[in-house]
Amino acid sequence: MSQIHVTRLFHLFLVFSLLSVLALGGGNSVLPEMRHMTVNRLHWLTADQFRSIYSLGQVVPGPNMLMVLVIGYQLAGWLGMSVVGISFFLPDFLIALFMNRLWIHLGGWPWRVSIQRGLAPVAIGLMISGTYTIARLSIVDVATIMIALVVFAILLWRHVNPGILVLVGGAVYMLVSH
Amino acid sequence: MAYLREYLVLEQGWLDDEGFLGAMEISETIPGLIAVNMSVIVGDNLRGIPGAIVAVLGMLLPGSISVMALAILYQSNHSNPDVRHFLLGIAAAAVGLLSTVALQLGRRQFGKFPDAVVVAVTFFAVSILKISLPIVLVTLGPISVWLYRPKVSPERHPEEHLPFHRGPRHHLFRR
Repeated sequence: MSQIHVTRLFHLFLVFSLLSVLALGGGNSVLPEMRHMTVNRLHWLTADQFRSIYSLGQVVPGPNMLMVLVIGYQLAGWLGMSVVGISFFLPDFLIALFMNRLWIHLGGWPWRVSIQRGLAPVAIGLMISGTYTIARLSIVDVATIMIALVVFAILLWRHVNPGILVLVGGAVYMLVSH
Repeated sequence: MAYLREYLVLEQGWLDDEGFLGAMEISETIPGLIAVNMSVIVGDNLRGIPGAIVAVLGMLLPGSISVMALAILYQSNHSNPDVRHFLLGIAAAAVGLLSTVALQLGRRQFGKFPDAVVVAVTFFAVSILKISLPIVLVTLGPISVWLYRPKVSPERHPEEHLPFHRGPRHHLFRR
């Protein structure tokens, strides 16, 4: 294995374990930072590639952020995928396990409620930033605006399986730009 | 999340509503994907560490296999304009989806005073000023927690025992 490959794997490990512990409010909260790191700072991907890989994550069962595996695969093959998978999910697994056991002991501690209530609006702000990042990458013309608005309206109106909605959105855009 | 509640609480009866909300509370406060955190906590509460491991694998494996299958398909077709447009349409639709999720999770925050300001400042710092996420978290996190600091019970005023209209806040009393 070449030296470059080892360095690349190490960088993948650093970037994705950092993103893992920063993901307050869910995976979408780190999208701005992930885009900045992988596209602008390290030039691993173009903005178009980042958007396409993000889209792949939208159509699979389970968390959409599994798309990080594709980033690892694209950059360093199957080993890259494994490194990203472990560094993105293992720290959060350990934190969740630890906090679950700690939480009960903090029951009477008044700051527990403060932490919970104080972090909630920060998490919401980060989620909106994540949405904004994807919007900047994907809202490129009237058709994409319409797709986003129609999906938004449908989901406010009633509960539809979001996986089906994004597939329809993709198919519609493919047909109108054909 | 609605699916998760339906399955864990109503169908399997693994949790009651209170247990579900408790797990949700922790999942939303700690870093990490909320669905993954939920699996860890529910798995741990039901069967300890092996339960947590199995639950996380169950949550991640099907999607991992599918997304890698798509990745291989994508690698050999990424220059196809139809594929490009299809994926762009998906991302646009995802913007609609992410907006509804943020709106639903944030509905308690948008209408309240310090919350809405913290939401706006966080968004502004990350998306407009482009301040890096670690810095935003170590500054805004503690500030926001401090805004919700526990209320200290006030020192008792020496005249507290007096009837209200003669006590320390008697000037508030309408004569």
